[in-house]
Amino acid sequence: MEELILILIAASITNNFVLTYFLGICPFIGVSNKIDSAIGLGMATTFVMTMAATVTWLIYYYILVPYNLVFLQYVTFILVIASFVQFVEMFIRKVSPALYKALGIFLPLITTNCAILGLTLFMVLRNYTFLESVVFGLGAGVGFTLALVIMAGIREELAFADIPEALQGTGITLIIAGMLALAFMGFGGIISG
Amino acid sequence: MIKDFIKGLWRENPIFVQVLGMCPTLAVTTKALFGFSMGMATTFVVVSSGVVISAIRKFVPEQVRIPMFTVIIATFVTAADYFLKANFFQISKALGPYVPLIVVNCIILGRAEAFASKHGVLRSFLDALGMGVGFTCALIILGSVREILGAGTIFGYRIMWAHFTNWIVMVLPAGAFITLGLLVGIFNVADKKIKAKKQKAQG
Repeated sequence: MEELILILIAASITNNFVLTYFLGICPFIGVSNKIDSAIGLGMATTFVMTMAATVTWLIYYYILVPYNLVFLQYVTFILVIASFVQFVEMFIRKVSPALYKALGIFLPLITTNCAILGLTLFMVLRNYTFLESVVFGLGAGVGFTLALVIMAGIREELAFADIPEALQGTGITLIIAGMLALAFMGFGGIISG
Repeated sequence: MIKDFIKGLWRENPIFVQVLGMCPTLAVTTKALFGFSMGMATTFVVVSSGVVISAIRKFVPEQVRIPMFTVIIATFVTAADYFLKANFFQISKALGPYVPLIVVNCIILGRAEAFASKHGVLRSFLDALGMGVGFTCALIILGSVREILGAGTIFGYRIMWAHFTNWIVMVLPAGAFITLGLLVGIFNVADKKIKAKKQKAQG
C-alpha cells in the first residue's frame, strides 16, 4: 500500500510529468489560457492516461512478451492510445458540446500528447506491477491537470501584465513554466526525506 | 523547390516559430551532443516518413490517414531506436524513453499532414529535410547554451575558465524552460529586425 501512495505522489507532484519530464508541453502551452478548458482537458487526459496504462500493461505482458513481439511495442501502444482518444472525443461531444468546442483541435491531439505514450514507456521501463501501473497513470494524470490549471490561473492574470513585446505568448509562458518547475522542486523532500 | 528546404531553417522553424516538438527539445538538451543526436534521429524519421507518406498519398483513404501516418512513423522510430541501441548505446541510454517518444513529436505528424500528404516525393523530401535540419540546429543551440552555462563545456570540451561556477539550474528542468523562453524572445527580435531591413530595402 505504501508503495502505491509513493508512486501516486511521485507521479503527480515530485516528478510531475510536465515540469520534470517535459511531457505534454504542447497542450500545456496551447490550452492554458482559461481555467475552465484547462480543467476539462486535464480530466480528459487523466482518463485516457489511466485507461491507457491499464490496457497497455495487459497487452504488453500478456500478448507482446509471451509471443516475442516486443519490437511492436511502440506501434501497439500508439494505436491503443489513439482509439481511447477517439472514444473520449465522442463522449465529450455527446455530454458537453461547449467543452468540446472550447478544446477544439487539442482534443484529438491528446493522441500525440507525449505524456501518455511517455507514461506507458516509463511503466515498462520501471517494471511496474499491474496495480502500480494503474496508480501511476492516475497520478500522472492528476499531476498534468495540476500543472495545467496552475498555469492557466497565472496566465489569466498575466493578460493584464506589461510584458516585453518579444516575449509575449510562447516566450513568457516558457519562462513561467521554468519558475513553476523550480517551485515544484521544493516538493522533492516529501519522498526522499 | 529550394524554398521548401529553406523555410524550415528560419521562417517556419519548427521550434522557434511553430513551437512544436517541445518534449524532446527541452528534455534532452542538457548537453549539446544529446541535442545533436536527438536532432539527427528526428530528421531521419521525418524525412523517411515524409517520403513514404508522400509516395502512398494517393492510395490512402481520407478517413484512415492519421492512423496510417502514425503507424508509418512508429515503424521508422522503432528502426531509429534499434539503430541507436546497437551502435551508440551510451547515447541511446542517455536519451532513454525520449527516442521512442519521437513517435508523438508533433513536427512529424504535422509535416505529414500539412505537406507530405499533399505534395510530390521530391518536394516532401526537401521540406522534411529542412524541418529536420532546422530542428537539429535549434536543439544544438539550446543544448550548447545549457551545457556551457551548466557544465562549462561544449560537446564535452571545456571552454570556461577554471574557477567557473557551474549554473546547476541550467541542467535542471527549470533551466530548460527559461533558456528556451529567452531564445524564443531573441529569435523574435532578430526576426523583426530582418523583416524591417527587408522592408526598407524594398520601399
